[in-house]
Amino acid sequence: MNFLTYLINGISLGSIYAIIALGYTMVYGIAKMLNFAHGDVIMIGGYLIYTASSTYGFNPLVSILISVVGCTILGMLTEKVAYKPLRNAASNLAVLITAIGVSYFLQNIALLIFGANPKSFSSVVTWEGLSLAGGELKIQGVTIVTILTSVVILIALQLFINKTKSGQAMLAVSEDKGAATLMGINVNKTISLTFAIGSGLAAIAGALLCSAYPTLTPYTGAMPGIKAFVAAVLGGIGSIPGAMIGGLLLGVVEILSKRYISTQLADAIVFAILIIILLVKPTGLLGKNIQEKV
Amino acid sequence: MASLLEVKDLNVYYGVIRALKGISFHVEKGEIVALIGANGAGKTTTLHTLSGLIAPESGEITYKDNDLIKTPGHKIVSLGMAQVPEGRRVFAEMSVEQNLMMGAFTRSDKKEIADTLKMVYKRFPRLDERKKQLAGTLSGGEQQMLAMGRALMSHPDIILMDEPSMGLSPLLVGEIFDIIQSVNKDGVTVLLVEQNAKKALSIAHRAYVMETGTIVKEGKASDLLNDESIKKAYLGE
Repeated sequence: MNFLTYLINGISLGSIYAIIALGYTMVYGIAKMLNFAHGDVIMIGGYLIYTASSTYGFNPLVSILISVVGCTILGMLTEKVAYKPLRNAASNLAVLITAIGVSYFLQNIALLIFGANPKSFSSVVTWEGLSLAGGELKIQGVTIVTILTSVVILIALQLFINKTKSGQAMLAVSEDKGAATLMGINVNKTISLTFAIGSGLAAIAGALLCSAYPTLTPYTGAMPGIKAFVAAVLGGIGSIPGAMIGGLLLGVVEILSKRYISTQLADAIVFAILIIILLVKPTGLLGKNIQEKV
Repeated sequence: MASLLEVKDLNVYYGVIRALKGISFHVEKGEIVALIGANGAGKTTTLHTLSGLIAPESGEITYKDNDLIKTPGHKIVSLGMAQVPEGRRVFAEMSVEQNLMMGAFTRSDKKEIADTLKMVYKRFPRLDERKKQLAGTLSGGEQQMLAMGRALMSHPDIILMDEPSMGLSPLLVGEIFDIIQSVNKDGVTVLLVEQNAKKALSIAHRAYVMETGTIVKEGKASDLLNDESIKKAYLGE
């Protein structure tokens, strides 16, 4: 029963990584850039919820909504101000370095406004959870909500991409921006939409992350951001199901390593698995072979 | 009457390299106009500039009274100008039908789109047979048909075709050129860029010959077919 509890906790943590990884992978797929500030959007989302609920007394759902709207605007704004002007830059490094700069910028903004002291975040999930098998197996409410949320997000995202015109436009832009323009697709608008969705998802991930691990600092988003990046690469960057699988795998490995091997070594094991998988399959688990276009 | 498409003194640079050196040409409604010339003459650059993928340094492009230079690339297709790009550039990870629907991206009337789709499938039965297949799994000829079908889905007045014969077997080239002619007979104007000059001149009404960013010759296609210097340089005779 113990093992099952840890497994479920791993899946829950993995679901959070997966939701963050979706943002990474979608932005990479469409804008062909790694948005290293993505993790910090989670942190901003956390502070938005904290402020809305603790300072202004909004209920959790309204607070999450405020956070999602805030992060969506933040994502679109960052793209417009910081990344878009570099889209045709000679080197991809320019936009990568800028993303790292945006990451520090957001962390320091949070530091300036909220200070370095950790804020204690009250969970957005008030439900106690389930007690199964005569109390042997206890699952926290936030754990269950996290897993369900990620399932709903994945299904909604697949429907959006396969069934709506905007979703199809995203697919087209991710394959060939020039050909997409020839179809009459506004590439800039599509990229902006991708950032909006990715950042909105980051806000949701922030709410779930801070509910499960309730200390909020300006650096809260950094490590989960990197882990989610690893998850996206593990699953095959650019692939939505890949991000989901990568995230889940990472979460489960991390929690089980912490429990059965060593708390200190858990992160090392996570990254070792990344290295091994990339050695065997350089494009990630579900990644496609990318052919260089002439 | 004004031309359907009128290009005046168009200059395009790639960095410091001058790719188009002040070219001028026009296309009348209902014509097939061929743009022939060797690799690097600026044919593809010309089409990319027309479709708004490249911004010119100077010049004028007037299409149905619209100034195309001031029109953003994604708004050009809804003016009735579609392009079948060089190398087909179909969306490999999307199905044949999804590719065709992308061609109708700017249209909103579902019934009209369905009618056009039916018409495209009638013209290209092989696309109908493979509509659920991923475009990347099609053969070169089928991808060319898909790229043409995708352009037709926008219900264009003019189609810009860039090297439709590239990499295809002679039999397929014949088939593709027959389709271009029949599309034209149905009222679509065609601006055809080709390295296969003989084939292009055989179906075109008029043609322009390009060399390193300039137009060096123009005339009726049938005249150019019999022009000694053209024969020597482009027709391999």
